[in-house]
Amino acid sequence: MITLANITGSTPKRVLPGFGLSLGISLTFVSLMLLLPMTSLFGQLSGISLAEYWRIISDARVVASYTVTIGAAAVAALVNAAFGLLLAWVLVRYDFPGKRLLDALMDLPFALPTAVAGITLATLYSSNGWMGRLLDPLGIQVAYTWVGIALAMAFTSIPFVVRTVQPVLEDLPNEVDEAALTLGASDATAFRRVILPHLWPALVTGTGLAFVRSLGEFGAIIFIAGNAPYETEITALMIFVRLQEYDYVGASAIASVVLAVSLALLLAINIWQGRFIKRLHGGGG
Amino acid sequence: MQRIGDAPRMRRILVISAVLLSALFLLLPLVAIFAQAFAQGVAVFWSNVSDHYTLRAIGLTLFITVLTIPVCLVFGVALAWLVTRFSFPGRRLLQTLIDIPFAVSPVVAGLVYLLLYGRNGWIGSWLDGYDIQLMFAWPGILMVTIFVTCPFVARELIPLMQAQGSRDEEAAVTLGASGWTLFRRVTLPNIRWALLYGVILTNARAVGEFGAVSVVSGAIRGQTNTLPLHLEQLYQDYNTVGAFASAALLALIALLTLAAKAGLEWRAARQEA
Amino acid sequence: MSATSLFRRGALGASLAAALTAGVVTPSVAAERELLNSSYDIARELFSAINPEFIAHWQEEHGEEIDVQQSHGGSSAQARAILQGLRADVVTYNQVTDVQALADGGLVAEDWQDAFDNNASPYYSTTAFLVRKDNPKGIESWDDLVREDVQMVFPNPKTSGNGRYTYLAAWGFADDQFDGDEEQIHDFMRTFLGNVAVFDTGGRGATTSFIERGIGDVLISFESEVNNIRGEYGSDDYEVIVPPVSILAEFPVAVVGPNAERNGNLDLAEAYIDYLYSEDAQRQLAGFNYRVNNETVAEEFSDQFPETELLRVEDVFGSWDEAMENHFANGALLDQLQRR
Repeated sequence: MITLANITGSTPKRVLPGFGLSLGISLTFVSLMLLLPMTSLFGQLSGISLAEYWRIISDARVVASYTVTIGAAAVAALVNAAFGLLLAWVLVRYDFPGKRLLDALMDLPFALPTAVAGITLATLYSSNGWMGRLLDPLGIQVAYTWVGIALAMAFTSIPFVVRTVQPVLEDLPNEVDEAALTLGASDATAFRRVILPHLWPALVTGTGLAFVRSLGEFGAIIFIAGNAPYETEITALMIFVRLQEYDYVGASAIASVVLAVSLALLLAINIWQGRFIKRLHGGGG
Repeated sequence: MQRIGDAPRMRRILVISAVLLSALFLLLPLVAIFAQAFAQGVAVFWSNVSDHYTLRAIGLTLFITVLTIPVCLVFGVALAWLVTRFSFPGRRLLQTLIDIPFAVSPVVAGLVYLLLYGRNGWIGSWLDGYDIQLMFAWPGILMVTIFVTCPFVARELIPLMQAQGSRDEEAAVTLGASGWTLFRRVTLPNIRWALLYGVILTNARAVGEFGAVSVVSGAIRGQTNTLPLHLEQLYQDYNTVGAFASAALLALIALLTLAAKAGLEWRAARQEA
Repeated sequence: MSATSLFRRGALGASLAAALTAGVVTPSVAAERELLNSSYDIARELFSAINPEFIAHWQEEHGEEIDVQQSHGGSSAQARAILQGLRADVVTYNQVTDVQALADGGLVAEDWQDAFDNNASPYYSTTAFLVRKDNPKGIESWDDLVREDVQMVFPNPKTSGNGRYTYLAAWGFADDQFDGDEEQIHDFMRTFLGNVAVFDTGGRGATTSFIERGIGDVLISFESEVNNIRGEYGSDDYEVIVPPVSILAEFPVAVVGPNAERNGNLDLAEAYIDYLYSEDAQRQLAGFNYRVNNETVAEEFSDQFPETELLRVEDVFGSWDEAMENHFANGALLDQLQRR
């Protein structure tokens, strides 16, 4: 575990060149392109009191939108965790005709502009669309309900799960399988006991990223959401509405809530992942 | 050798369900786009694509993408090198910071740039004095595109470089290799596929970005309208076929991108074998 | 091929593409003056038709070759862009409030409504209904819309000016009907808003929901737009109903003074707006189903526009400012009426 020791800082001096250069480029870029623009968001907020800020972000309709957004994003992330795991598994473990095509298809949601995805999903799942016509008689309504919101979220974020789990699964040595199966465990038990513990960090990371992505999504959702007050209004729409009202402060305040939650989650994932890797590899070095 | 889930029945069930679900969930929307674009025949599709303003939009979109990629490439490599080869306080924070663009809604991303570089922003108003306008012109579109795409290269490289470790590079240094030679001869061959995959994702996102660009573009027809914006305008103006023709173009770029990626992976696999 | 040569080739290709696309992107003729018209989202084809006429007109009068550029989007987003530095010379919007926002920002003269005739509104429209073939639900006026068996589609008043007009028109009707009795008006409006099947963010989304998704019995939008939609999607399948009482929707125009001056386009900008009042332009506008004030043209197109009583926002609500503050502001009446 030399590599991990290096990363986690047990090497006393830096042998490799380029620390100054890469630090310079990275810091300049991060400050100028990422942090500086972000300060303008907080610049907007500096003009209002804490009570005012609280009033804006705790408005009943905005709070309802948090519930809708978080609920749908959670459902989308969980569905994607299962679906993504299945896809990653099939793509890594099996050979079948069309595998490469299926693999390429996984990146489609990243590559497709979200507005296109939104319009198309709304067309497909409305009651006279290809899918809607099948689902409608079964009493399942997707378009203009929160199911539609979750669907659009799941569509835009599925690659996060597949693409995080896939490489880990690929790197898993065969001995892991063998060890479990020679002990006579069934497929399900072996998977749960032996494979899953290895996939766990990647699965959680991928699902977490998918969840975070869903929180901010606007373009893909807005066409299929229906946007009924208190029921299918997402938080990104609330920000959009504030902008329509020339209310930059309100928009910035709500945006800051989403940003804070997303960043906290990302940081938690990163820290947890670091800890997990460290623990997994114990005192190696 | 025995592997989990290798029983034929299990295989079949898993593969079939994965393929079916993907077809329904991912492929069907793609088919629907092309069906709409060609709903009135190839001629109508073609006249929409070869329209003067569509061509201008394609031109601008490609121009922005071509400028975005090198910036993201340099930043991505530098950052990945930094966080995987050195340890320093704040490393984890830096790694989280580059995820900001993932965490920010694209519309908000456009907004923060506008608040800073717009006429009333503190940098924008200063530039305005020199008659320099960044927003509502291509530099603004470029800036927000870089913002939304910058994590991709870094995100592809970091896990790989972390896993590969720095043994090879350290050995090269002991043998007296200079920084540039080290990077070109040792690091680059190891990371080139991940690098290219990052570039491909960057390209896909840069071509398709709508939310952030729409805020800073000004949507001047033939001048600051990118393809996704052009698409939206056609759609708003009841030219459904025209809108989906543009959508099909974007989907086509996406497909070409994915094909390029699949080709690269195939090459990579063959080289490894 | 080694990785480095691959990159070198890539870089070469990239710079080539950049050079090529730069050629496409940069304006090809530099000398001529360009006027930028910032407009609302569904006016793309309207101004694509009018601009060449104006260019020819200017050429004839002044012997100068000019060009007119168009920018389209939601009218409030368009106004925000100008406030943040988009250098448009003129605005042609569908919302008085968005021009007012520019005036408040010091980019349009305070008295802009007096600068041109008819409150600086060269054309106008009203709010009308689009119903399905043979009007199966028998919808004729606003009180039909609060029936239990009727479902409506119109854009969200929070995100769309179009939707705001619909809300104001319904309120104006109820105000008249119930003689200003607040409780009854509120009940009417609550039922009215409750009958909305989908709140799309804009006019186009609402149209898609109504036409392509088959949702609702009636689509409410500008008279000009419902006529265009009927033309677009088949005049046999839909009917346009103009209610006996509705709201006057003005389409305000203004010169963005500081920008036009800076671009050296002040004369051009004024002339452009004046041109919109000319008989030729008014005839084109009427062809796009907008109502116009030019008497000759109005006479020619009189069959197309049924007589109806048009309420003015200023008369019913005091002023646009008051209407916005009392109804659409965060936490105001619209929010209260939609609260569960």
